[in-house]
Amino acid sequence: MPEPTPEPTPAPRAENPFAYSPAPQSASVAALAPSYGLFIDGEFRPAADGRVFKTVAPASEEALSEVAEAGQEDVAAAVAAARAAFPAWSALPGAERAKYLFRIARLIQERSRELAVLESLDNGKPIRESRDVDLPLVAAHFFYYAGWADKLEHAGFGPRPRPLGVAGQVIPWNFPLLMLAWKVAPALACGNTVVLKPAETTPLTALRFAEICVQAGLPRGVVNILTGDGAAGAALVAHPGVDKVAFTGSTAVGREIARTVAGSRKRLTLELGGKAANIVFEDAPVDQAVEGIVDGIFFNQGHVCCAGSRLLVQESVAEEVVAALKERMRTLRVGDPLDKNTDIGAVNSAAQLARISELAAAGEAEGAERWSPPCELPETGWWFAPTLFTHVSQAHRIAREEIFGPVLSVLTFRTPEEAVAKANNTPYGLSAGIWTEKGSRILWMADRLRAGVVWANTFNKFDPTSPFGGYQESGYGREGGRHGLEAYLNA
Amino acid sequence: MPDTATFPGPGASNAAWRAFLHGLPGVDAVGLQERAARLGTRSIKESAKGFAIDTAISMIDLTTLEGADTPGRVRALCAKAAGPEPTDRSVPRAAAVCVYPDLVGTAVEALRGTGVAVASVATAFPSGRAPLEAKLVDTRAAVAAGAAEIDMVIDRGAFLAGDYLAVFEEIAAIREACGDAHLKVILETGELVTYDNIRRACWLAMLAGADFVKTSTGKVAVNATPANTLLLLLAVRDFLAATGRQVGVKAAGGIRTSKDAVKYLVLVNETVGPAWLTPRWFRLGASSLLNDLLMQRHKLRTGSYSGPDYVTVD
Repeated sequence: MPEPTPEPTPAPRAENPFAYSPAPQSASVAALAPSYGLFIDGEFRPAADGRVFKTVAPASEEALSEVAEAGQEDVAAAVAAARAAFPAWSALPGAERAKYLFRIARLIQERSRELAVLESLDNGKPIRESRDVDLPLVAAHFFYYAGWADKLEHAGFGPRPRPLGVAGQVIPWNFPLLMLAWKVAPALACGNTVVLKPAETTPLTALRFAEICVQAGLPRGVVNILTGDGAAGAALVAHPGVDKVAFTGSTAVGREIARTVAGSRKRLTLELGGKAANIVFEDAPVDQAVEGIVDGIFFNQGHVCCAGSRLLVQESVAEEVVAALKERMRTLRVGDPLDKNTDIGAVNSAAQLARISELAAAGEAEGAERWSPPCELPETGWWFAPTLFTHVSQAHRIAREEIFGPVLSVLTFRTPEEAVAKANNTPYGLSAGIWTEKGSRILWMADRLRAGVVWANTFNKFDPTSPFGGYQESGYGREGGRHGLEAYLNA
Repeated sequence: MPDTATFPGPGASNAAWRAFLHGLPGVDAVGLQERAARLGTRSIKESAKGFAIDTAISMIDLTTLEGADTPGRVRALCAKAAGPEPTDRSVPRAAAVCVYPDLVGTAVEALRGTGVAVASVATAFPSGRAPLEAKLVDTRAAVAAGAAEIDMVIDRGAFLAGDYLAVFEEIAAIREACGDAHLKVILETGELVTYDNIRRACWLAMLAGADFVKTSTGKVAVNATPANTLLLLLAVRDFLAATGRQVGVKAAGGIRTSKDAVKYLVLVNETVGPAWLTPRWFRLGASSLLNDLLMQRHKLRTGSYSGPDYVTVD
């Protein structure tokens, strides 16, 4: 019975009686096969030299499947298939190409649960994200570019823009299927054919996508998928039959690719690393800013090139914001990616975990203050607790190098000018966030921030209609929107 | 977070109130709604679901606020609140029965010894358009008849006109008229419209002595939503940190299914935490919700749905 008078002191945060029971998504819908071949010329086939590798679930370190490892000969076969398919595919009226893309988009929607589970198994990301973010965006990208296929002459690239030919595309492991969509959808809409190499650690959804291409009746050779490691990617990029190279991944590999294609006819777009500033002013909507900070750095375990890994907070509210952020971080649920209530899943690979751990240790060694909420990490698999560094200075490695993990560095500023100077003080320039209730300041900041994407009072929002890309060492070219067509057209 | 020394009080000018209330952090509508929606995707199963259903039942203010209310209907509702499932005594009782002031006596009589509180709306519910004297009489009558809890409405007109002092003083006066009764202050969020307004009205009510802040009357187009309830939860959290006084939250209107109720409990759990996860600090104002909770409870225990013919119609 409720007492009429309020108690003077609240109950302490005791043991929570409302602990959520496990809510696991069944892994069986992923329908894993024991082994997969390369997808070349509309068919699955083993690698020419018979080599295979295993792909592993980051949450358990257990092998999921065996996958063919593409060699030089396979790259040549895939490029040849794409070349052979190009004349007919590019000659199709745009409306006909659109039909295939719409069909693919619908199939992705129909099979979205299966794809989401497969993605979470292979990548380690929480099912909530693969289900609610990745898959809806993947379908949206195909729908969006399907719509462009018959309108290319009205896209602002001249009266008769022509496709480039064969696109060699190399994508990373952080958003395997979404990065595939970003690459494949505009390429096909513009009339190019594709040879795509997914990341070594996350080949499975690309192979499932190949099945969807078959299901959609896509002409053979239009899409080819080569699984393998960096050597396969390098061979693809270097192959003389490739007209266009598109790469998303690390800045180091991006540089190598740029060297490889230099002096050739190949067109190149690169989407590389980032060290984005998320800038919180004293008049920010604090509760939503805290959510935005959490989304900015802990979304997808921080494996996001545009992650808001540097929090720049105005000194007058720094203490309050950091306290609220810590309180919020205590409620993050780290664990089984297939549990529907998991917020932070597994780190994709042992190598990535080692890199995150190394940089976090460097942060401590350089004198920054490290904090993580109490959380129990599973015993098997690769995990890293959400981590916050305060007392970070611009000179620290954790403020300069891309960590690509759930690690946030907090820095402070005093004036808008200082915020801009610190935000731009990086060799990267992919994204930035601004949190303030003052509209004029948002516009003032956006004019001065050297970043391809600037989010205002939100973070990590993606939409197929919006171009995405970077400045400086974050790469060049744009993906998404009308701008994304340019990379695949001879305008 | 505002410093306690800076809070305006009785007699402060509207300018002082404005400076304080408009100095509270703004609310980004998109961000607030996204957060509420995302928490709505939590998957609550098995024992957690059982806990949530029983907790939700125990948090219900079983409500009837119709012109056609009769003593007979109120007595039936009281019986339902005291023993929601006649054949299963393990079902918790509701927190309170909420009626108009003239029916408080009937409810008090019917609920004597059950542990269920009687709550009464007052202050010219739901519009609040009456002279202060009438509102005070309304309140005193309900308290005199035995209401342990008073659900008042704020003067939205005065709030929207910027007369914050009038809103504050009226709440404070009703608080005084309540005596020992618990005061829930209905903000009528659907008429305040913006989240910034809701946060400001919430602070006004808390500073004026509200024991609970409540979203809505249930009589306008937009009543409790996950987003406006989340906002009230954030406000009571901040108020506790700033003043040391804990204020309860009541979400009222439009919560009809167990699924909805569980979502509200998730909001409480993941924002203000277990300290608010009791009927002392969180309430659900509802009528049809109870039967759905009972059916879901039955399903969870037996594995099969009983159907609407197996719960009482009141």
